[in-house]
Amino acid sequence: MSISRRGFVKAAGAAAALSTMMFGTHNVRAASGSKVIVIGGGFGGVIAAKYIKRLDPSIDVTLIEASTTYATCPGSNWVIGGLRPMSSITFDYKNLAGHGITVVHDYVTGIDAGAKTVTLEGGNTMSYDRLVVSPGVDFADNVAGYDAEKAPHAWKAGPQTELLRSQLEAMPDGGTFVISPPPNPFRCPPGPAERISMVAHYFKTHKPKSKIIALDPKGKFSKQGLFVQGWKDNYGFGTDNSMIEYRHDTKVNAFNADTMTLETDVDDIKADVACIIPAQKAGKIAFTAGLTNDSGWCPVSATSFESTIHAGIHVIGDASIASPLPKSGYAANSEAKVCAAAVVAMLKGVDVPEPAWVNTCYSLVAPNYGISVAAVYEINHADGKIASVKGAGGLTPMDGNRMLEAVFAESWWNNITGEMFG
Amino acid sequence: MKKALPALAIAMASLLGSAAYAADAPAAADAPPHQSVDAGGDAIARTCFGCHGVDGVSRGAAPPLKGLPASYLEQAMTNFKSGARPATIMDRIAKGYSEGEIKAMADYFASLK
Ligand SMILES: Cc1cc2nc3c(=O)[nH]c(=O)nc-3n(C[C@H](O)[C@H](O)[C@H](O)COP(=O)(O)OP(=O)(O)OC[C@H]3O[C@@H](n4cnc5c(N)ncnc54)[C@H](O)[C@@H]3O)c2cc1C
Repeated sequence: MSISRRGFVKAAGAAAALSTMMFGTHNVRAASGSKVIVIGGGFGGVIAAKYIKRLDPSIDVTLIEASTTYATCPGSNWVIGGLRPMSSITFDYKNLAGHGITVVHDYVTGIDAGAKTVTLEGGNTMSYDRLVVSPGVDFADNVAGYDAEKAPHAWKAGPQTELLRSQLEAMPDGGTFVISPPPNPFRCPPGPAERISMVAHYFKTHKPKSKIIALDPKGKFSKQGLFVQGWKDNYGFGTDNSMIEYRHDTKVNAFNADTMTLETDVDDIKADVACIIPAQKAGKIAFTAGLTNDSGWCPVSATSFESTIHAGIHVIGDASIASPLPKSGYAANSEAKVCAAAVVAMLKGVDVPEPAWVNTCYSLVAPNYGISVAAVYEINHADGKIASVKGAGGLTPMDGNRMLEAVFAESWWNNITGEMFG
Repeated sequence: MKKALPALAIAMASLLGSAAYAADAPAAADAPPHQSVDAGGDAIARTCFGCHGVDGVSRGAAPPLKGLPASYLEQAMTNFKSGARPATIMDRIAKGYSEGEIKAMADYFASLK
């Protein structure tokens, strides 16, 4: 490797370098008065807005978010399992004003990359110098007959989380909960197994005769070894009396909402409560604005998260292609900070700083039983791509302390949401 | 781990927002003067905030880092990295950083009042 991590990204603004070559002087501009618009007030967008302002308070930062409240997906499985009330994972945006950020609650219907404007459903058009887009995911129509009322995915925390919870509460003991995890790639790879765990905990403590059937199109899933161990430790997994039956390589082709039946190539499975998580793609505005490629996600530069399709627009969070970073809240937070520093640097015409990312995903298998996967990432200057630092990160050891990791899972949630909404 | 010393020096200079290192920077010839967006802050330390709280002010069981002595933070990270200090997760994370990066993070958190 010629230039190591946290050396300099000379490419910096290609723009800055170019101006130097062309005019022979370094063209440092004041970013003061520059306008940045951030679309989407979730794990990526709120942090991008906050850190742009933190790095340069003279920049005018506006966050546009459709909803006046935000329920965090992290922790939403804990609500489904009955560990927490919905209100405890629901925030509003009022504190952002204190950080100098203007919050507009409206839905962005269009982006004009040439004119550098965004159009709002409310009718206004706003202009920007740089735009950050963090719209999260949208869902594909990969399951015929999909019905969000009868088989809520609850893969965006909010009313569907409460709906799924109330359906589980209304289900008689001895019922069957059928869950269909999505195909790759999707937000929160360990999320479906954490949801299964939380429902199993609820059944074990309230409806012990009930069953859970998972119909997963994939051959394996994130943290599988740890989840399986946890299901054995807590829910009799693998025994005759297992609460959970997990079927791999089992694609759900269709859902019949009248009979509550999930249809697979092999057989039809009847559910008392169903959760079908559809295949995913970048949030709608990314498509409308032409920020996606054939994969349905947004290609970006790894150092700045600037779109490789439209200059001046940065895409972060689940919607971006940032592999090997997963589509997680922590990854979106890390990406947002890298993006914020790049946005400020580009507005000033100075070097884009060397990026650094971390991801940790905690999951609860049971209330006092936590597991995690972590990684540290760096830029590989040879190919300009993100790489995991070798020898670092990895899974909770099989003999790790599950109680402590459960405590740290909650601590993580407190801190990352505090960083967003505090 | 794999980081060469000159790279470390560059990294440190970058963290401090110093322009003085420009002389040893590879391919500095037509690059613009290096100016940091973030003279006081630290891109690496910011990645810790998700678990340890903004500026290391923790709202949970994860230890606070703000204002702790740099020598303490440096030793903790070094011992997590070597395995000398047991941990649930910091052993896995500390392995991702070089000595120089650990020192820079420690100095950053120590500098916060
Ligand atoms: C069940 C579940 C559990 C999870 N658990 C974890 C976990 O433990 N740890 C973890 O790190 N991650 C977890 N995640 C993943 C995490 O929630 C996502 O990765 C994260 O939310 C991505 O952030 P984002 O900014 O890309 O999108 P989001 O957080 O979804 O934010 C997008 C925002 O943009 C707004 N928006 C979209 N389009 C527009 C528009 N056109 N105009 C205006 N506003 C718009 C939306 O209203 C939304 O508020 C979990 C996910 C799920 C589903």
